[in-house]
Amino acid sequence: MAFIPHTEADVAAMLATIGVARIENLFDEIPPDLRVKSLAGVPPELNEMEIGRLMTERARADGVTLTFIGAGAYEHHIPAAVWAITTRGEFYSAYTPYQAEASQGTLQLIYEFQTMIARLTGMEVANASMYDGASATAEAALMAVRANRKSKSARILVPTTVHPHYRKVAVTTAANQGLKFEELPYCTAEGVTPAASLARYDGQDITALVIQQPNFFGCLEDVDALTDWAHARAIQVIAVVNPTALALLKPPGEWGSRGADIAVGEGQPLGVPLSSGGPYFGFMTTRMEHVRQMPGRIVGRTLDTAGHPGFTLTLQAREQHIRRAKATSNICTNQGLLVTAATIYMSLMGPQGLARTAAAAHARTRELVAGLTRVPGVRLAFSGPYFHEAVLQLDRPVAPVLKSLSSRGILGGLDLSGYFPELGHALLVCATETKTSADIDRYRAQLSELMQAARAA
Amino acid sequence: MSNVPADLKYNKSHEWVRTLADGTVEVGITAHAQQALGELVFVEVPEAGRVLKAGEPCAVVESVKAASDVYAPLAGEVTAGNPRLRDEPETVNTDPYGEGWLMRLRPAPGALTGAALLSAADYQKVLDAEGG
Repeated sequence: MAFIPHTEADVAAMLATIGVARIENLFDEIPPDLRVKSLAGVPPELNEMEIGRLMTERARADGVTLTFIGAGAYEHHIPAAVWAITTRGEFYSAYTPYQAEASQGTLQLIYEFQTMIARLTGMEVANASMYDGASATAEAALMAVRANRKSKSARILVPTTVHPHYRKVAVTTAANQGLKFEELPYCTAEGVTPAASLARYDGQDITALVIQQPNFFGCLEDVDALTDWAHARAIQVIAVVNPTALALLKPPGEWGSRGADIAVGEGQPLGVPLSSGGPYFGFMTTRMEHVRQMPGRIVGRTLDTAGHPGFTLTLQAREQHIRRAKATSNICTNQGLLVTAATIYMSLMGPQGLARTAAAAHARTRELVAGLTRVPGVRLAFSGPYFHEAVLQLDRPVAPVLKSLSSRGILGGLDLSGYFPELGHALLVCATETKTSADIDRYRAQLSELMQAARAA
Repeated sequence: MSNVPADLKYNKSHEWVRTLADGTVEVGITAHAQQALGELVFVEVPEAGRVLKAGEPCAVVESVKAASDVYAPLAGEVTAGNPRLRDEPETVNTDPYGEGWLMRLRPAPGALTGAALLSAADYQKVLDAEGG
């Protein structure tokens, strides 16, 4: 779609047609006391040259670091073609126009995205994206309450091993809509949620169970046992998954004997740079039986009046412009540009490329764990299998160690003591395919040196 | 003239009510309502056992371009939702007063006599006033 701005004459003609003097008068129905008088706290504007300089200085302050932090955002190699194609003019304005079908190319791309995500998760239908993994998890909980008509309780079981930010966002988003989130404990020896610990919920009215795979610690949950336990009690299963890991692990559509009901996740690993935490995108998939409860847009393939294949928005009766207050959510095409990048990333990588990336990340993380646990005072916290993240325990507080590493150009991981105090001096580390053996050895050598120096002092 | 069977009761929001031999009632939407909505692609009916208040939204009828709530014409407990509509929602279009029924209710005590339902003639007046 070409971007054609309105001229002043266009605007005047439109206002004259509807009998309004000035654009400002269109907002007359908002009571004056609800209007923001001043934007306190927002700094004065900068021009393009000034903002460019400011941002360059801030980026320089970050320096070029060697990062071993994962915890929900993962540094992967992004082929140069991904953003070269994404930023072409035809894609760069990724938002669909109000008559979405006028942008057949955009709709086709979204359709391809939905297909890829549905296949990756082993589910039947995907929407056109969410804001991020955390908000997708919150929306999945709301959706499960709509979809599970056998349950009246709106109680959602959430293992403590689910990303702490996701848990917090779910509560913030949904608690005022009557949802009750209850935390499930984990086994501190293995870092996973034991299916046996669910027995105390037998006979109770529970709406849904959230399962993150791999979980926040990088560990692999027994998804089959958890899923079957839930389904035997008419509890819906919400899978929270890492898209890279799905190239190797069993997809949520195949968990247990029936598969998860809803699968969501953070899409950032699929071609989106870390960029200080965003923008990222979320994804959401489900089974066809629940499609009318799914939020967000869905693009379908159809035939036009001449019999040619084409793409169209479908199942719109769930959406806000038709269902008003009863719409499934206010989510639209959403993170269009990032979805564009992810679709190009997935098509360049293919299933084999994604599987090689996942296998390399897993191998690098094993190498990292092996190297760091050779350092005296460092041990692996959990005994079970992990994907591309693991929890280490140090013999001293983690924060000062990370600070020293940072001054040596290494971001050594995430200090878990604030989130999981019961794990002591715990550190979550991650290595993807972007780390070489030399990088890992540099981390090991630096950690060894500063821990010995501290001991000697 | 619209198709408004004389033996049914109606309300202004275009639902019809039929009293069955066992004292329960059958509820659907009128020929006028299905025509206004167009071809239905999805119908959500309430589960058996749900207790409804009069005027409560209890079902959803969805066409390609619109979705509308259906309101309980009287208070009662749902004894059945029409299972056929799950796979054949268009039955509401083809047979709105027969096979396209939405739900059956056991009226709450006094609900049937107390409900301000319209006769066929009065419902026809509502349609005439709407220009239908």
